[in-house]
Amino acid sequence: MADISISNLIKTYPGGTERATDDVSLHIADGSFTVLLGPSGCGKTTLLRMLAGLELPDSGSISIGGRDVTYLPPNKRNISMVFQSYAVFPHRSVRYNIGFGLQMAKVAKEQIDKKVQWAADLLQLTPYLDRLPAQLSGGQRQRVAVARAIVVDADVLLMDEPLSNLDALLRLNFRSELKKIVQDLGTTTVYVTHDQSEALSLGDQVAVMRKGRIAQLGDPLDVYDAPSDRFVGGFIGSPPMNFVDAAVTPDGELVVGDQRLMAPSLLQSFGNHSIVLGVRAENVSVAKERASGHIAATVLVVEPMGSTILLTVDVEGQTLKVQAPPSFRTAPHQTIWLGFSPNTMRFYDRETSMALEAN
Amino acid sequence: MSQATVDTAPLKRQKRNRVLLQLTCIAVSLFMLIPIYLISLAALSSRESLNAFPLSLLPTSFSFETLNAFLGSTGVFGALGNSLIVGVGTLLLSALIGVPAGYALARFAFPGKEPYQLFLLFARALPIVVLSVPLARLFLTVDIYDTTYAVILLHTALALPTTILISASVFLGVPHDVEEAARVFGCSPFGAFMRVVMPMALPGIAAASIFTFVMSWNEVLGASILTLDHRTLPAQVLTSLADSPLAYRFAGGFALVIPSIIFIAFMRRYLTNMWGSTIR
Ligand SMILES: Nc1ncnc2c1ncn2[C@@H]1O[C@H](COP(=O)(O)OP(=O)(O)OP(=O)(O)O)[C@@H](O)[C@H]1O
Ligand SMILES: [Mg+2]
Repeated sequence: MADISISNLIKTYPGGTERATDDVSLHIADGSFTVLLGPSGCGKTTLLRMLAGLELPDSGSISIGGRDVTYLPPNKRNISMVFQSYAVFPHRSVRYNIGFGLQMAKVAKEQIDKKVQWAADLLQLTPYLDRLPAQLSGGQRQRVAVARAIVVDADVLLMDEPLSNLDALLRLNFRSELKKIVQDLGTTTVYVTHDQSEALSLGDQVAVMRKGRIAQLGDPLDVYDAPSDRFVGGFIGSPPMNFVDAAVTPDGELVVGDQRLMAPSLLQSFGNHSIVLGVRAENVSVAKERASGHIAATVLVVEPMGSTILLTVDVEGQTLKVQAPPSFRTAPHQTIWLGFSPNTMRFYDRETSMALEAN
Repeated sequence: MSQATVDTAPLKRQKRNRVLLQLTCIAVSLFMLIPIYLISLAALSSRESLNAFPLSLLPTSFSFETLNAFLGSTGVFGALGNSLIVGVGTLLLSALIGVPAGYALARFAFPGKEPYQLFLLFARALPIVVLSVPLARLFLTVDIYDTTYAVILLHTALALPTTILISASVFLGVPHDVEEAARVFGCSPFGAFMRVVMPMALPGIAAASIFTFVMSWNEVLGASILTLDHRTLPAQVLTSLADSPLAYRFAGGFALVIPSIIFIAFMRRYLTNMWGSTIR
């Protein structure tokens, strides 16, 4: 067990023009669970592979447990990894695959058997222990890769989308199972995913990446609740955060088109600015009757989701997604009224897309 | 929809194609097998029955007489041994050099990779005679002329291009990520190669070895030039062929064919279905 310090890590692949990771710095506390989240191609795997020693950075440094490992080979790092492509050994049985790391560490035979059995039970692989990987389904193979990674006693556990190939139900089960396993192990874990619900539910800390950079690092709830820029807000949450062009009048009032909103006091300092208002679908209240501080919207699409109704509405030419309770009855072309509570509104600069801080 | 409207023509065509495929396979097999059968028949018949007319196509007069006479004649037994030594020696040496070279070609980008690959084939572009004569001179000066080592060196040079190129393509087929997984879980580069890459590449390497062995077993020109008293079997048979009786020729042919067939049969199990995901 160890903490991880990454500083100013830069990597460009040979022949590549863009940086796969661009000056990434990150501290991961001992025993914590950090999730790297981001769209495809943003450099998550690259960062993880540099932690593993499978890819060498152009500059910057990585240390694990205070020991500099930047250019150390993988077998000298005492790490464990689940590969995005599973990378199970096709010529050996599931049993051998799971026990591989222990065998390399020269653990006693009985001890290996015990741990393999434990991992197989945990990941529901017991019936397949003597099969070859070719005789397993994709999801089962992926579980073999997870089992192989959790049996070894490593300082750091690296997982690259370890649940990507499971069906929705199994994924949900394994997500909570995995959280428990990793908590029990107490190993420092770095977990890559592009599934934001996985990131929010698993991580102690979430790093949202974009084009090789960390766009926001923080507690999952903070990242969800207060995205540091438009990209993060638009990437996390389903539906993603709504962004509405708005303006602040010289006397600190918020206007969307011709309609006025109740504005939080922080906006006072941005008098006479054009800004972007960010608000999540579930933080918008809907009503059929006009109320003070509400703004008018025209319903475009009604999508019942079971526990809620998702409405796509038009406000002064801009499209928003809002959530209504299942009992809310409406139809396209009707006018409804939207209410915004000041403490759930986020504000972004129109040019830089960065969050506006009160000053 | 009624039964009558189903167009079964594609199904029939598929069946017909299967039958045609089977027939073609049988024809090709017969083309290969009949000469082997005839030569075995002749080699295992008595001397008199070979002169009988018409020749019987079924084994009627089974005897080891001809074969014994052939094996008993001077030099044949030693030549058989030499052939085996050269075949196995070539196989080992070319694997020792060719497999790592193939691995390097498959896994690493290095300057001059393309010219190197082209250059490899040059050894085969030269006729064996052109290669052998200067080699004979060279071997005379370093005093290994007329030894099995000399022939092993020549055959290795001849076999290396194919060994390297075949093993390179075999290693390309072994995914890089399993090797990385082995590294992550504690293997040194060499350990990862031996534990993971090599077992997965073995079927392909076996194919390359068969190729090498059979090439060496059949190569006659270079072996004749580089040796006098330590001939390999084909070289030995070739020199004594012209002035030998018919029975000797049949027995010689038989002795040349059988060992490589046995070798292929033995290596065959490495070729097919090693870990459940190769072609069945
Ligand atoms: N071996 C490579 N050679 C050249 N470029 C590469 C290589 N591997 C990745 N890249 C590039 O580096 C960038 C980051 O890739 P990376 O694999 O880290 O993305 P990722 O975030 O893991 O994406 P995904 O979610 O699709 O797995 C991409 O633009 C990709 O094209
Ligand atoms: Mg990836």
